[in-house]
Amino acid sequence: MSANNLLEVHNLRVRFATQDGEVEAVNGVNFSLAPGETLGIVGESGSGKSQTVLAIMGLLAGNGQASGKVVFGGKDLLTLGSRELNAVRGANIGMIFQDPMTSLNPFLRISTQLTESLVAHRGMSKKEALARAVEVLDAVHIPDAKNRVHYYPHEFSGGMRQRVMIAMALLCKPQLIIADEPTTALDVTVQAQILALLDELKRDFGVAIILITHDLGVVAGLCEKVMVMYGGQVMECAPLDDIFAHPRHPYTRGLLRSVPRLDGAGETRLATIPGNPPDLLHLPVGCPFSPRCPDVRDLCRSDRPLLRYQDADSARACHVPVEELT
Amino acid sequence: MLRYALRRLVGAIPTLLVLITLAFFMIRVAPGGPFDSEKSLPPEIEANLNEAYHLDEPLWQQYLRYMGNILQGDFGPSFQYREYSVNELIAQGFSVSLTIGGTALLVALLVGCTLGIIAALRQNRPTDYAVMTLAMTGISIPNFVVAPLLILAFAVGLGWFPAGGWEGDSLAKIVLPVIALALPYIAYISRLMRSSMIETLRSNYIRTARAKGMPERVVILRHALKPAFMPVLSFLGPAAAAIITGSVVIEMIFGIPGLGRYFVQGALNRDYTLVMGVVVFYGILIILFNFIVDLLYGALDPKVRYD
Repeated sequence: MSANNLLEVHNLRVRFATQDGEVEAVNGVNFSLAPGETLGIVGESGSGKSQTVLAIMGLLAGNGQASGKVVFGGKDLLTLGSRELNAVRGANIGMIFQDPMTSLNPFLRISTQLTESLVAHRGMSKKEALARAVEVLDAVHIPDAKNRVHYYPHEFSGGMRQRVMIAMALLCKPQLIIADEPTTALDVTVQAQILALLDELKRDFGVAIILITHDLGVVAGLCEKVMVMYGGQVMECAPLDDIFAHPRHPYTRGLLRSVPRLDGAGETRLATIPGNPPDLLHLPVGCPFSPRCPDVRDLCRSDRPLLRYQDADSARACHVPVEELT
Repeated sequence: MLRYALRRLVGAIPTLLVLITLAFFMIRVAPGGPFDSEKSLPPEIEANLNEAYHLDEPLWQQYLRYMGNILQGDFGPSFQYREYSVNELIAQGFSVSLTIGGTALLVALLVGCTLGIIAALRQNRPTDYAVMTLAMTGISIPNFVVAPLLILAFAVGLGWFPAGGWEGDSLAKIVLPVIALALPYIAYISRLMRSSMIETLRSNYIRTARAKGMPERVVILRHALKPAFMPVLSFLGPAAAAIITGSVVIEMIFGIPGLGRYFVQGALNRDYTLVMGVVVFYGILIILFNFIVDLLYGALDPKVRYD
């Protein structure tokens, strides 16, 4: 990991204290992000992808506890006090959430919700902030932004609300935007528009993006690097083309096989990965994927494989050599 | 908005008519009459009295007469307090009850909301438990226990406030009754506010506000307070009507000439017009406060539209 990285995550762990015991949601995640780079984090529900970024932002639920290191701008975000953390959140890191219907405050006008972060982080006057808010709403292609900035969230459609969320994340010109399943709650045509918008912002503003999704198609359109998570651990991490052309982890391969194909060569039945995601209360001793893995060895069940780097960009956590995978 | 208000007010008329009719016949179904007492009156005097108050007429005629008077805003003469009309008694009692009730409501709202928010922010910690224990106590211990205890401690013991009465201009006389009246409401409002605030703080838009780097103070006051207050607002309509029309227990214990006292005495004395007057007045207030609460809902929640 080099000094000019924008974000470095070292051995991040997230634990939740629940009545049934301790849930290990994230188990030792490591990754780094260069300025302007786009990282996709892929995994199914419960893989720990959302909790990873919520931990980075200090937004875990009350019973959650994060450990490890999250270095951003030379500071470890996990150790910052609330005042210092608030100076980073919204100002240097913007966040977009999954559900635009509930992520905007229904009681406040969009203008209030947009301008408040400019007033807080950039010390703008209300008037300057409003002008900037209109400018950003324009940038995310909200028609008639000058008037609509005074609307309430319920006066926008779902896609428009997600644009407002994106505008909100962009306001203070952050170096990093974290998008947690930004298109999941939207219908397909709107999904495409939002992704096109994110792509445009990446180009025009040079902002780094962490995109969380369970949709490999979304990753393919937007990301340069992909990190595949399962059971709170990183299974594989590689440049986009390698993930699709040469997946080197049995789980990644399973995911790719499960993507429906339109050219429908031969097989008509959709492939699945048999079994269920692991119970985070009782993770397997060995590799979390071992109960579902087609290439499982005895060693996989007893020893947790570590994430090993093949070169600067590619890493995998698997005991089985690549050549021996099915 | 104006049309909505008019429609609501017109819609209240049938409700009031039903209320008046029911109350009119129910009080007359109750055994006894206004001029029954231990010493029986000579029959000719009773007949004269009945005639003077139109009690000798058939029931339907009395009902129509009463309705006619009410339409002119006249609740009739009191049977018991002969030198007063019911209108005068209500005006007199209500001004006293309104002073105490209004103050108590304001105190309950301020203290209850503050305690509720503090408890929510310190959820499952000692402060929270302390506030909730206090609230539970406030709800469980009835007024007729709390009020004498207050008098014992602050009037008899410490001598800070008078033990009762309504004479003089001193503000000290309202302190103890207001506290006694407000306590259960403080308890109820703080519990409502706490649970509603806890739920609001878990919502996605609060997470968004935090992700924007808003300080906790702004998150609570600007983003969470309004949505969290809505359940309290719904409770406030009926609560305001109840607290403002006076509490019999409080008025009896502190010797305050309020509306609640007239209500009970009127019922015991079969003072038909007085009971009817207070019932109708109370009904109007409840309808009015629910209406105000609905308007406030619209003012606070942008999703509520009147059309």
